[in-house]
Amino acid sequence: MNIIEFTALVCACSILAGFVGSLTGLGGGIIITPVLTLVLGVDIRYAIGASLVSVIATSSGAAAAYVREGFSNIRIGMFLEIATTFGALAGALLAARVSTGSISIIFGLALLYSAYVSSRSRRGRGDERRPNPLATRLKMNGSYPTPAGPKGYCPHAVPAGFSMMFGAGVLSGLLGIGSGALKVIAMDQIMGLPFKVSTTTSNFMIGVTAAASAGVYLSRGYIDPGLAAPVMLGVVAGSIAGARLLAEAKTKWLRLVFGVVIAVMAFEMIYHGVTGRL
Amino acid sequence: MTNQARPWTDQRVEEWIGDLLRAGVTLAAAVVLFGLCVHLARHGQVAPEYHVFRGEPLDLRTLSGIMREVLAFRGRGLIQLGLILLIATPVARVAFSVVAFAMQRDRLYVVVTLLVLAVLSYSLAGGRP
Repeated sequence: MNIIEFTALVCACSILAGFVGSLTGLGGGIIITPVLTLVLGVDIRYAIGASLVSVIATSSGAAAAYVREGFSNIRIGMFLEIATTFGALAGALLAARVSTGSISIIFGLALLYSAYVSSRSRRGRGDERRPNPLATRLKMNGSYPTPAGPKGYCPHAVPAGFSMMFGAGVLSGLLGIGSGALKVIAMDQIMGLPFKVSTTTSNFMIGVTAAASAGVYLSRGYIDPGLAAPVMLGVVAGSIAGARLLAEAKTKWLRLVFGVVIAVMAFEMIYHGVTGRL
Repeated sequence: MTNQARPWTDQRVEEWIGDLLRAGVTLAAAVVLFGLCVHLARHGQVAPEYHVFRGEPLDLRTLSGIMREVLAFRGRGLIQLGLILLIATPVARVAFSVVAFAMQRDRLYVVVTLLVLAVLSYSLAGGRP
């Protein structure tokens, strides 16, 4: 296999990863890293660098399509980005000190937990819930479009969501992923935001989070242009296609895809962390 | 508080941010694609060696080094320039949000956004104290 064939293969995998990543709010990075390392035999450090680039591309490419739909909440996103960027910077600086094997095991367990949480039936999150004083002071209350007109929502448990976001940022910086799963859980499960608002705001935040660790990765030499180029181009194409489909997709179907994808990736991460192949 | 009296409404700011992100990704993708074509035209028949990690040469790690590669018209340097444009896109988005919140006289969110911008700037400088 020469570089042209290899590049075409990487590009095809990246289109698929970008499509699934944007549709689920996970980000393409979590899918492309296992594919590059397990299927194509790329060193994990190059995979992480390329994945981080694909994460920025997914978020920006999809967010451009989402913001016009009116699902994402810029204030919630920006406030929580304080936590994710600090976390991402800490994670990127930490990555050099922790073995990737143990990181991947911890990460796999976190993913399994998130798959479990998101598969549970949700608590009754009535629209009659009264506005949370902290969220109101932070101007986080908003509304999103539904077929029956705009529907309001009021986030709650802001400190808990903020803490979870710091953790999501650390994992993003450690593994070069967008940590979309944890971001969605922080907003959807902890802060009680509607699912589509959570996934689109998450997609919106992912690019900024990833940019916070990308500088560190670039200066460390983890970002290889020959690998990152087909990954980035493929993921942008796939993520735009995924974003087009989201507005019509049923939330229930979306949650199912979301659960299955993260469960499969969790088992892969744990298995390869234990066997030390990462 | 109509659109005419307050042109920097949330809805319009979101639309501008959408345009900014689309423009950034499009420009970055075009540069990366061009660089990839140059790279493949020159080195396409070589076997890939991504299973061994060697780390990138110093010229592909820093902005000044990348600019030298770009001026020498090397494919890998051009790709790296496109990737820097891509990384700069969310940073530009945050910088634009600072302006947007300032125009809305939302002091709280100006401070929030400046904090995020400070962390990003520190990381882009290499994350070293």
